[in-house]
This record gives sequence, C-alpha cells and structure tokens, in this order.
Amino acid sequence: MTILDIIIQQLTNGLILGSFYSLVALGYSMVYGIIKLLNFAHGDIYMVGAFVGFVILSFVSTLLGDGWLGILPSMILAMTAVGFLGVLIQRIAYRPLLSAPRLSILIVAVGVSLVLFNSVMVVTIGEYKAFPSGLGYEGITMGHVHITYTQMVMVGATAVLMIALHLFIAKTIYGKAMRAISIDMDACRLMGIDVNKIIALTFFVGSSLAAAAGVMAGVYYGSIHFFMGFVIGLKAFTSAVIGGIGSIPGAMLGGLLLGLLESFGTQLPWVGTEWKDVFAFGLLILLLVFKPTGILGRTEIERM
Amino acid sequence: MSETVLEIEGLQTFYGKIHALRGISLNVPKGKIVTLLGANGAGKSTTLKTISGLTRAAAGRITFRGQEITAAAPHAIVRMGLIHAPEGRRIFKGMTVQENLDLGGFTNRGERAEKQRRLQYIFELFPILSNRRNQDAALLSGGEQQMLAIGRALMTDPELMLLDEPSMGLAPFLVQAIMKIIRKLNEQGTTILLVEQNAKVALRLADYGYVLETGRIVVEGDSATLREDESIVKAYLGGGH
Ligand SMILES: Nc1ncnc2c1ncn2[C@@H]1O[C@H](COP(=O)(O)OP(=O)(O)O)[C@@H](O)[C@H]1O
Ligand SMILES: [Mg+2]
Repeated sequence: MTILDIIIQQLTNGLILGSFYSLVALGYSMVYGIIKLLNFAHGDIYMVGAFVGFVILSFVSTLLGDGWLGILPSMILAMTAVGFLGVLIQRIAYRPLLSAPRLSILIVAVGVSLVLFNSVMVVTIGEYKAFPSGLGYEGITMGHVHITYTQMVMVGATAVLMIALHLFIAKTIYGKAMRAISIDMDACRLMGIDVNKIIALTFFVGSSLAAAAGVMAGVYYGSIHFFMGFVIGLKAFTSAVIGGIGSIPGAMLGGLLLGLLESFGTQLPWVGTEWKDVFAFGLLILLLVFKPTGILGRTEIERM
Repeated sequence: MSETVLEIEGLQTFYGKIHALRGISLNVPKGKIVTLLGANGAGKSTTLKTISGLTRAAAGRITFRGQEITAAAPHAIVRMGLIHAPEGRRIFKGMTVQENLDLGGFTNRGERAEKQRRLQYIFELFPILSNRRNQDAALLSGGEQQMLAIGRALMTDPELMLLDEPSMGLAPFLVQAIMKIIRKLNEQGTTILLVEQNAKVALRLADYGYVLETGRIVVEGDSATLREDESIVKAYLGGGH
C-alpha cells in the first residue's frame, strides 16, 4: 500500500467513525446547551436506538428486504420512536429537577443510563445480536483501497442529517428558540415561548440523531450489544468537548476530528488500534485541563 | 372611571424566606400609563415578575382583562396580550437583531402577514434596528439594546406592557428618546405599567403613580399630585434629579 492508499483508507474509516461520534455528540451538546445537563444516558440512547432499529428492521425487511430500501425506513421509524423515548425520559426524570441543584440532575442522568443499560441487558440476556441487514461489500476499488457503497451511503446520510439539523437550528423559529433558551431561559418565557416544549423538542432531536447513529452502527459492524453505548457515550462527550460543548457546529466538527484522529493515530508506527481509546481519552483530559471551552465553545463553562 | 386592564389585590411573593412583596394592591386602567416607583430593593421588579408569571405569588390575586392569571404560565400570559420587558433588557446576545425580533413574535409564528406588519411598525419606531437587523445584538449600544428590548416586546401587539427601568444606564438624551417612544406607544393604544427609579422622568409621563417601600405600597396618587407634593418627593422619591 502506498501512503496515498493509507490516507484514503483511513480517511474513509475516520469519516465513518466520526459520523457516529458527531451524531451522538450533537445530542450531548444540544441538551447541555439548553439545560446545562451532561446527559450521561445519551450513549445508552444510541444503544437503545440500535436495538429498536433491530426490531423494526426484522419486521420491515420481510416487506422491503434487508437492503437500504428496508434499512432507511427502519432507521427513520427507529429515530422517531427513540425521539419520543428521549422526550419521555426528559419529562419523567429531568423536568422535575430543572430548578434543583445541577448535581441532582446529573446523578439522575447516571440513573437513567443504568436503567436503560440494564433493561436491554435483561431483555437480550446479555447476548450479542446479529443485525438483520444484508448489505454486501460491493463498492469502488481504487488501487489497494476498497470503499463500499454502505460506507458511502452512511457518510451521505450523516451529511443529510447534519445539513437538515443546521437548517432547522438556523432558520426555523423553533431552532431560534432553542438557541435563545441556551442564552436566557427566563427571557424566552417572557417572549411567550413554552420553554418545556422546546426542551422536549431538543431531547427529541438529540435522541433521534443518536438512534440514527445506533442503527447505522448496527448495519456497519453487523452486531449489537447492550454495552455498545458506554464507550461511544464517552467518545461523543469527548467530541462535544473538542468542538466546544453547547455548540452545534462544534459537535459536528469535534466528532469528525476525533474519528479522523483515532483512525490516523492508529497508523503511527508505534501505535496500534488497541491504543485508540487511550488517544481519545488522553485528548479529553488535556482539553478539559487546558482548553475546556473547546474549539467553538463559549467562554462561560462551569466546572461540573 | 375607565375599564381596568390589570387589577392586583393583596399580592405577596417570597424568595425562599425573603418576604419581597407584603400585600400589594394596584390598578392599571385601560389606555393609561401607571408608574411604580421606589428605591432599589423595594420590590418593583418582583411585582412585575409575579404579574408575568416568572415568580409565583404566595397570596393574592392578579386579574388581567377580567381573567385571573395568578397561577398562569408565563407563555400563556403573553398569549393573552400582556408582555413584560424585563430589567436589564435581556436581549439575546449572540443572535442577530432580526432573530431577536423573530423570537418576540414567537406567539404569532406562522402568521406571516401579521409578522411583517409588526416588523414594519417597529422599524418605523426604531429605524436604527432596521439598519442593523443582521448584526449581533451584542454589538448594539445601550440605547439601541433598550430599543431592541422594547421592539421585541412589541412584536406580539400587546394590550399591556410592563417596562422595568427602561432608562437604566442611559444618557439623559436617550432617556428622553425612550420616554417619547413610550408616550407614542401609549397614544397608539398600549396600556403601560412603568417601573422606574428615576421618579421625575416617570411622573412626567405617567397618569398615576404608586410608591413602593420594602414590599408595600406607601403612597399613591395622580402623578401631578405626587410630583408637586414636596413632602412625598422628599420622603420617597429622593429629590436630586
Ligand atoms: N432572585 C432573588 N432571590 C432572592 N431575593 C431576591 C431575588 N430577587 C430579588 N430579591 C430580593 O427581593 C427584594 C425586592 O427586589 P426587587 O423586586 O428586585 O426590587 P426592585 O426592583 O424594586 O429594586 C430585595 O430585597 C431583593 O434583594
Ligand atoms: Mg428592579
């Protein structure tokens, strides 16, 4: 393999990995931006998304097949269902604590994470599940590098979701309300904005993006399990911190950067793939110490 | 006597153990400007916050256009036609002037024609906002920020406007400009409850005034009376100005 081959290969791997990180990081960052909660259950939402997608695709594939024709509608259904799950969790677990000390709600988030994690563990008897998609390895070969159509569709789907999210946040009145709440919640109330509805909407959007990532991860890796949300939750948190937590473009950028960093980092002669996580979390610690506001973040970050 | 837009009876509010409002009763008649005066910490802002629902009343009753709103949610109160431009302006810094105005029109989102009409009206009142509509609101001067705060509150076409110290921190000529705008709004039909520390300015504008001291109304009367009564001015409204 030439250097160029390696670069293209790792760029592809990094983009895919980065897509997952970004999609999950977005929910982290949006929720932090609006209610200053580090939602530690968010990685588990991704995991639940994968399982909901698994169940839906099992049914849908009998009608539409297990190719993209079946996967895409299943993904959209899973996104919707998990979006409502996010709203439900927000309503039951977080909303009553919005005016309580920050630490209480953080502890509740850890509790929610444990509930989701253990529920899925019990239901699946802790087993790996083979994701019922049937995508082949067809694609484009350039020299020694092979890029599958699956990889291309995934990066494309992520791009579409991000552009849609960007337009939603930048242009619609609901997106403006989300940004305004993160600046001054009481001022929003005085504008006639039902703040609780906008917070619920934020959880819906964030959770459904995580579900999209979960379904795509199932398709990509071929199997899913109840602890798949743990590490990606931390990676997404790292991504959000890299980009500047609370910042939406920051979450997109941070996720992609982390994905690329991990895939290229493992190519260094003295670092193998097993060092990937050390890389990511080492970076997280350095950032939290030296630049907690990240690349695009605002300056007022509270230590929590 | 004309129709009453806002009626408050025996209003009490606490912040934890702090008894901020200790039984306040007041009336705001339709089409008038009523001012609420008093020293720092008297409870003026708390009164407005309790009216608009940001702070919960512990006792008493607030009636707006004949409907009780004491326990209503802030967003529901806005939809009924009562808007509160809070102390310190609280514009959304980091968002553009236009976006701030869009958010002011949140309750009539979807009604494009109405929104355009309101925007045009606000830009006529404050041409500077039109020129700077695509700029970050944080870049506006203090006076312009106050104009934006008022403009944003006007996007809903309110029946009653609560204004909390709109003159705060502004140079005298700007205070005059803002007061002129408030008079104009009032002449065009908006009823106004104006909170001010600058009693002289407020009484020149208002029809009626209340003076608040540690959570109680201690004096009330026509603004002309309050303005001319030496003992009142000395005791509560701190000469000086
Ligand atoms: N958020 C708050 N928490 C606790 N005490 C408050 C709060 N806001 C106001 N207070 C207290 O309530 C009283 C009335 O305050 P406020 O209504 O802001 O007065 P004014 O607007 O007349 O200056 C003061 O004693 C003030 O310290
Ligand atoms: Mg005040």
